Amino acid sequence: MKKVVSGNKAVAYGVMLSRVQVISAYPITPQTTIVEELSRFCAEGELEAKFIKVESEHSAMASIIASSVTGSRSFTATSSHGLALMHEMLHWAAGARLPIVLVDVNRAMGPGWNIWTDQADSLSQRDTGWIQLYCEDNQEVLDTIIQAFRIAETVSLPVMVVLDAFFLSHTSEIVDIPDQEEVDQFLPQFEPQYPLNTGEPRAYYGMVPPDYYMEFRYKMQEAMEETVGVARNVDEEFGRQFGRTHGLIEPYRCEDAEAVMVTSGTVTSTARVVVERLREEGIKVGLLKVKMFRPFPMEEIKGVLKGIEKVGVIDRNISFGHGGIFAQEIRSTFCNEDERPIVFGFIAGLGGRDVTPAVIEEVIHYTLNKSRPEEEILWIDLKR
Amino acid sequence: MKMEIPKEEHMGPGHLACAGCGSPVGLRLALKALGKKTVIVIPASCMSIIVGGFPHSAVGVPVVHVAFETAACSASGIRASLDMQGDTETTVVAWAGDGGTFDIGIQALSGAAERNDDFIYICSDNEAYMNTGIQRSSATPYLAWTTTTPVGNPKEGPKKDMMAIMADHGIPYAATACIAYPEDFIRKVTKAKGIKGTRFIHLLTPCPAGWRIASNEAVKVARLAVETKVFPLYEIEGGNVYTITYQPKGIPVEAYLSQQGRFSHLTTEQMAAIQENVDRQWDRLVGRCEGRLH
Repeated sequence: MKKVVSGNKAVAYGVMLSRVQVISAYPITPQTTIVEELSRFCAEGELEAKFIKVESEHSAMASIIASSVTGSRSFTATSSHGLALMHEMLHWAAGARLPIVLVDVNRAMGPGWNIWTDQADSLSQRDTGWIQLYCEDNQEVLDTIIQAFRIAETVSLPVMVVLDAFFLSHTSEIVDIPDQEEVDQFLPQFEPQYPLNTGEPRAYYGMVPPDYYMEFRYKMQEAMEETVGVARNVDEEFGRQFGRTHGLIEPYRCEDAEAVMVTSGTVTSTARVVVERLREEGIKVGLLKVKMFRPFPMEEIKGVLKGIEKVGVIDRNISFGHGGIFAQEIRSTFCNEDERPIVFGFIAGLGGRDVTPAVIEEVIHYTLNKSRPEEEILWIDLKR
Repeated sequence: MKMEIPKEEHMGPGHLACAGCGSPVGLRLALKALGKKTVIVIPASCMSIIVGGFPHSAVGVPVVHVAFETAACSASGIRASLDMQGDTETTVVAWAGDGGTFDIGIQALSGAAERNDDFIYICSDNEAYMNTGIQRSSATPYLAWTTTTPVGNPKEGPKKDMMAIMADHGIPYAATACIAYPEDFIRKVTKAKGIKGTRFIHLLTPCPAGWRIASNEAVKVARLAVETKVFPLYEIEGGNVYTITYQPKGIPVEAYLSQQGRFSHLTTEQMAAIQENVDRQWDRLVGRCEGRLH
């Protein structure tokens, strides 16, 4: 059934269709309408779930860690400072190997207060052991939540599904909402590997000495490596059932390109339009959307960018003292390759500043016209 | 009143507590009252070590170790999850220290109590951060020595009144207990088990290392805490019905304080000030029991 819904409502539908059993969340702009919608679904009996209205995001994540280890499919959503407050528990969820799904509505970090989109919040959680998937439109948001539970429950790692504040969270688009029956076929009931059971008592997450700790961490990395293939298969299976796939990455018109732009989130949609237009003008430029950030799908990316002379990465984030984070990841993907592209690292759109077609065109022309970047960090649309 | 303490054991002898520690006594007694259909939630505390590390457990019921400040909300999550699976029989018990309750965990505990989430929360209070080596918490008594309140820079404020804070959330049941009074403690845990909603038990568990007492003195000193009225045994139902469950002898506080190295620096005047405060607190408690004060 097709409906016109906001990104946040698409999240709520995705959660409902996934038959989530325990939700725990705390309101924060711009995530709030997710919480409101899910509260309504629970109150009206459309979703049979316990919704714990906690007093903080830290408790939200802690309580769904507990509900997940007890065997219920569990979900939370947050943004920005809320995600930062959860940081300790994000490590816990991943270390506990729990298939939790969290939606982060990408919002900039304060101070000064800023409620608009950038990726500082989610990318600051890069090393917590969470799978991270960045969505481009509301259909992808809904589909990715359903897929996320399948992936999480297969590899026993939590998944963060990320969407841009306002550009998706509060923007309505046509979304095909699948039938419950079909989703049930795709996503069977959650069966925990080590269920909490008084008949067979276990101790969870106690002290682990140096003799064992490294092996637990090795297994997390192994699960991350497995995730690339699992996510690809889940997406393909989703495609067979629902007629659409989203990929881990999505190349667009990269054939014979002199330069390829790398984007994530909603910047991708704008960039696609610009690339299409420039291609019509005979300019050889391509686009690579990166949806999966953790694990970073290095082989897939190499498959697209190998042999490309120049790559321009648009980062809606910055790691202070180094540069754009996606650009770093692309550089490190190629650092041991004999043949590697020149990487142009652009910073744009922080704190919700529009990344317009004109901005993207500027980025593309810079990349095409210069043999090398004049600076390590190329700030775009900046008032100096 | 004489009562039979259940013979069943859910705690093994191979736990890792220090010699003479009061905490495992408390957990062992609580589990006797709670029985096998219990899940224990343990935040960072002495008990995280006591019950044993991977791949062992000294406890015969499921144990979920959780982050320091999350005992209460973790218990909420387990309860919600059990309910979703149709298991309304299993009792969820959070077992936290005084630091995890009075200090870093109070936000999550207050949130859960305000929601009246359905679990028993037992605060095993040894009156300082003992697991990290005796640092003051807000449960540390007035003028007690700890490594962060050395004799020259004592703790000036009184112990936080956690029972009053919990009672003012209007929770159905709150009680104090002490490991030296096993019948009273077991009766309270059993009573709590039969009630729905947030139930809070404040259990005094001496720490020989931190209180500077010998390893065979925990029970004796704990008993003196009660008999001197420093730590009265009472319960609060519905947030305002107070009942003293054991009538203490009311011997002078000096009998309690002088047994412990952590109070060895006290002057006569300071002892008198403590006595005065204990008397005032006792009068307030009696007033509340008689319904004169709320």
